[in-house]
Amino acid sequence: MSTLNQTPLLDVKDLRVNFKTPDGFVTAVNDLNFTLSQGETLGIVGESGSGKSQTAFALMGLLAKNGVIEGQANFEGQNILTFSEDQLNHVRSEKISMIFQDPMTSLNPYMKVGAQLMEVLILHKGMTKKEAFEASVKMLDAVKMPEARKRMNMYPHEFSGGMRQRVMIAMSLLCQPKLLIADEPTTALDVTVQAQILTLLNELKSDFNTSIIMITHDLGVVAGLCDKVLVMYAGRTMEYGSTDDVFYRPTHPYTQGLLSAIPRLDSNDSELTTIPGNPPNLLHLPSGCPFQERCVHASDPCFTEAPILTEHDNNSQRACHKSAKELVA
Amino acid sequence: MNNVIMEVNDLKVHFNIKQDNAWPWEKGRPLKAVDGVSLKIYEGETLGVVGESGCGKSTFARALLRLLPITEGNVVWLGEDLVSLDKQQMRDKRQELQMIFQDPLASLNPRMTVGNIIAEPLRTFKPELTDEEVKNKVRNIMDRVGLLPNVINRYPHEFSGGQCQRIGIARALILEPKLVVCDEPVSALDVSIQAQVVNLLKELQQEMGLALVFIAHDLSVVKHISDRVLVMYLGNAVELADKHSLYDSPQHPYTKALLSAVPVPDPEVERNKTIQLLAGDLPSPINPPSGCVFRTRCPHANEHCMTTRPQLQQVSPSHQASCLRLNELTDD
Repeated sequence: MSTLNQTPLLDVKDLRVNFKTPDGFVTAVNDLNFTLSQGETLGIVGESGSGKSQTAFALMGLLAKNGVIEGQANFEGQNILTFSEDQLNHVRSEKISMIFQDPMTSLNPYMKVGAQLMEVLILHKGMTKKEAFEASVKMLDAVKMPEARKRMNMYPHEFSGGMRQRVMIAMSLLCQPKLLIADEPTTALDVTVQAQILTLLNELKSDFNTSIIMITHDLGVVAGLCDKVLVMYAGRTMEYGSTDDVFYRPTHPYTQGLLSAIPRLDSNDSELTTIPGNPPNLLHLPSGCPFQERCVHASDPCFTEAPILTEHDNNSQRACHKSAKELVA
Repeated sequence: MNNVIMEVNDLKVHFNIKQDNAWPWEKGRPLKAVDGVSLKIYEGETLGVVGESGCGKSTFARALLRLLPITEGNVVWLGEDLVSLDKQQMRDKRQELQMIFQDPLASLNPRMTVGNIIAEPLRTFKPELTDEEVKNKVRNIMDRVGLLPNVINRYPHEFSGGQCQRIGIARALILEPKLVVCDEPVSALDVSIQAQVVNLLKELQQEMGLALVFIAHDLSVVKHISDRVLVMYLGNAVELADKHSLYDSPQHPYTKALLSAVPVPDPEVERNKTIQLLAGDLPSPINPPSGCVFRTRCPHANEHCMTTRPQLQQVSPSHQASCLRLNELTDD
């Protein structure tokens, strides 16, 4: 991590997201802390229900009505969590933009792709229609859309899934945001298309120096794209560190389990190591460490006290009662 | 090598597609979902079928069980052609041929208890069994797939995705079939649960001597579970080989591109690898390219590929690929 001395672009402190549901309070995100510098890429990984998407929604002010946010998210020194809708509308897309998982449902089916792109520029940059059109074509070219000019006049249903995701990426980059939040951008796509999109994101990173928060469940995607990784489980941070540290020297039992549970293309093992049990229900979390029921190392303090995220060497952090030495064989 | 239990000869499944604004008397155009696939399935093996969405892998799997009308070709099951059977005969055969579906919750009847769901195949095909015998068999199979006996009276919505998939597996296995077709059984599951289900399927296969046809888009999972792998593209078989042979030395340009595109959870490997990006998108199956269907995206295509349709040809005893330039391309 070369950017230690700069003030971070985004500094998230004790972020907590609660939902009021008929069955009681659910804490989807629990005391999340991370920082992101300009040009850096952070991967947030976790299984379904780990709170990774809700973190993104909270930052963008897109939480459901019953969601309550606590904590701070300082973007360029300002806490965006306290912003009014008006202020947020300026931050969104001009400073921070987001790509969603399903490219079909996030485009308006009644509007031509060109109109959807131009709308952003006319609204945020005050461009004329003509300028906006040219700028949009340029952006479509930048995301390697073939026949960009012709495509401006087409409707989303005329595009394939990969093309739609390209449109989404183009749209999110129109105002040259400083931060791009990508919520499982390639989950709905085939591997060859996924490879195209990831290559594109990697190029954008170097061309525009955009910071990216990549939310995904696929550790393979994280490995190629991200500088830092944050592993979430049941709304909490389990491990947070540089990509190399987390992949090569995981110190948390959950990260270790996750890494050995993925079938890998480059190995010939016949048996997968599994994590026993199921992810917990957020309404009925086990006492103590949320992972204790599935953890092979769990012993006395794990059942009663939730571990606190503590500094480990090399700027990485981990939340586990066991010392790293005990767990790394 | 074990005995052949199923032989598929030049299997074709075409759908008739009419345009939205077509007149009633206008003829539709054929959509060739599966266009001439031939292979053998051996006793107790796992055949992985991979390909991207729209390549016809699910249609192929359903056609194996005759869940779809077969346009041409035949499926020979233990010496008997399934295509020639009538409805009742086919129904009897289904005891030996079962299926596990992709969406674990949607494939279970929400108004039936787990016990009833798992027992239904028995009640249908073996009405002579007493209630007690049925119950014992259900308990037995639940134990084998890792479901606790006390959940027998619960309903599907009370279970997580992984548990539902276990129920689906129990239902498919209770008749002790010889062949189970699994259509993306783990793609809806989380990584930690996916590993549990994959291991379970492997265990059960060894215990019961099942043959599995395992369909998935995730090449890593397929590598893990299969003995042989079939790669499909736009309704055609492009490569069929022993697992090690396919993953270590892929022959077809499509397989090579597909394998290079799979992200590996290893930062060092990912940073240094070169991905062979495929140009463009999958062509429409209503209007497939002439000659080799892959030629529009193939970096090695030449004029010959535009006119001649390649067939699967032997590369080594356990390796077949369908490419016209196979001999030229192996050099580089």
